[in-house]
Amino acid sequence: MNTKLYEYILLLADNPLILGHRLSELCGHGPSLETDIALTNISLDLFGQVRNYFQYAAQVQGLGKSEDDIAFLRYEHEYRNVIMVEQANKDFAWVIARQFFFDAYHKPLLEQLAGSNDAQLSAIAHKSLKEVQYHHHFSSEWVKRLGDGTEESHTRMQDAINHFWPYMGELFEETALEKEMKENGTGADLVAIKPVFKSFTNEIMAEAGITVPSSEWSHSGGKKGTHSEHLGFILTELQYMQRAYPNMTW
Amino acid sequence: MNRMMVSNQEIRDILSTVTDPEIPVLTVEDMGIIRNIDIQESKVVVTITPTYSGCPAMDHIATDIRTTLKEAGYESEVLSVLSPPWSSLWISENGRKKMEAYGIAPPMEPTSDKKALLGGERIVKCTHCGSTNTKMISQFGSTACKALFQCADCLEPFDYFKCI
Ligand SMILES: [Zn+2]
Repeated sequence: MNTKLYEYILLLADNPLILGHRLSELCGHGPSLETDIALTNISLDLFGQVRNYFQYAAQVQGLGKSEDDIAFLRYEHEYRNVIMVEQANKDFAWVIARQFFFDAYHKPLLEQLAGSNDAQLSAIAHKSLKEVQYHHHFSSEWVKRLGDGTEESHTRMQDAINHFWPYMGELFEETALEKEMKENGTGADLVAIKPVFKSFTNEIMAEAGITVPSSEWSHSGGKKGTHSEHLGFILTELQYMQRAYPNMTW
Repeated sequence: MNRMMVSNQEIRDILSTVTDPEIPVLTVEDMGIIRNIDIQESKVVVTITPTYSGCPAMDHIATDIRTTLKEAGYESEVLSVLSPPWSSLWISENGRKKMEAYGIAPPMEPTSDKKALLGGERIVKCTHCGSTNTKMISQFGSTACKALFQCADCLEPFDYFKCI
C-alpha cells in the first residue's frame, strides 16, 4: 500500500471529522432554529466529505476495510487533526470563531487540492469546495454580525477570537509528509495558503471591529497525534457504538 | 434472457420510477444524478453522482435502483463517482417545473448565487403567491440542498433549492 498517501488523506480528513463531530453536538442546542439547522448542515457536509476521503483511504490501504473502520477504530494518538477543531462549544461566539478560522483555511486548501495530480483527491476537493464556500460565507458573516453587534456580542466575539488565535499556527505548520506531498504534486502548499488566510481573516475582523491579536505563538502537536484532553472525550462518544458492539452495522 | 438485448433507453425507462426520497416528485433522471449506464454480459452497471457529499439519500437511491432493476429482471451494480461534481444546472427543465409545483423554488443559475454569496441581490419567486418580494432567512434549510426563504407579501416561508 501507499503508506504516505494513506497518511496524507488522514491529515486532510481528520480535521473535518472532529470539527463535524463538535458541530453535531449542537443538534437541537443551537441558539436559534436557523443557526441550529445551519450548523448541523455544515456538520453533515463535513461528514460527507470525510466519508469520501476515508473510502479512498480504505481503498489505498487495500486491507478490505471500510470508511467506518478508519473513522471509528483508531486510537487517540492515531488521529491527525489539529488541536483547534477539538476545542469545545463554549458559546455561540466560540463555535463561530472556530468555524471562521477553519473555513478561512479550508477553502484555499481545497482550491489547491483541486489541482492535485491525484485524480481522486482532486475530485473530492472539487466536490467539497462547492459546499465549503457556503460555510465560508456563513461563518464570516456571523463574525461581522457579532463583532459589530451589541456590547455583549462584541465582547464574546473578541473573547472567542482571542481564545482560538493561538491554535491557528498549527494549520500552517508543514510536516515532512505535507512538504513531500506538496513537492510531488499530490498535496496542497500550506505556505501559499497562509497569506490568503491572513488577508481574508484580517479583512473580516477589521470589518467586525475585532482587535487582531498579535501573538505569534501557537499550540501544536495534533498532526503528530499529540492532542489536548478533549479528543479522548470526543472519541468516547464518536466511537461508542463500534466499541460497545464491534462490527455492528445499521 | 440475454442481457445484451436491452437498450440503454429501456433501462432509463425502468429507472424513471426511482425517485429522490427527499423530493419524491423528482426522479433520479430529473435530478441529473445518473451519469452512465453500462449494459454488460451479466449485469447493468449504473453510475450515479451525489448532489451533496453528505446527502443521506444517496445510499437509499442506490438500493432503490438495484431493487427496481431486479424487479424488472436485471442484475445490477451501482457505482458512485465524484467527478465532475454534480451541478444544480443538471436538473432537467421538467424537474424544475415539478419542483416548483411541489413548493420548492428551483435554483437560479449558479452565477446569481455566487453574486449573492458576495453580497449581491438574488430574486427568488415565492412558491405560494409568485411574488418576487422575498428574502433569504437562512442559507441552510431542511436538507443540505435547500435554503430557507420568506415571502414579504404573503409572509409564508418556503424552500429554495441552492445552486451548486
Ligand atoms: Zn408569497
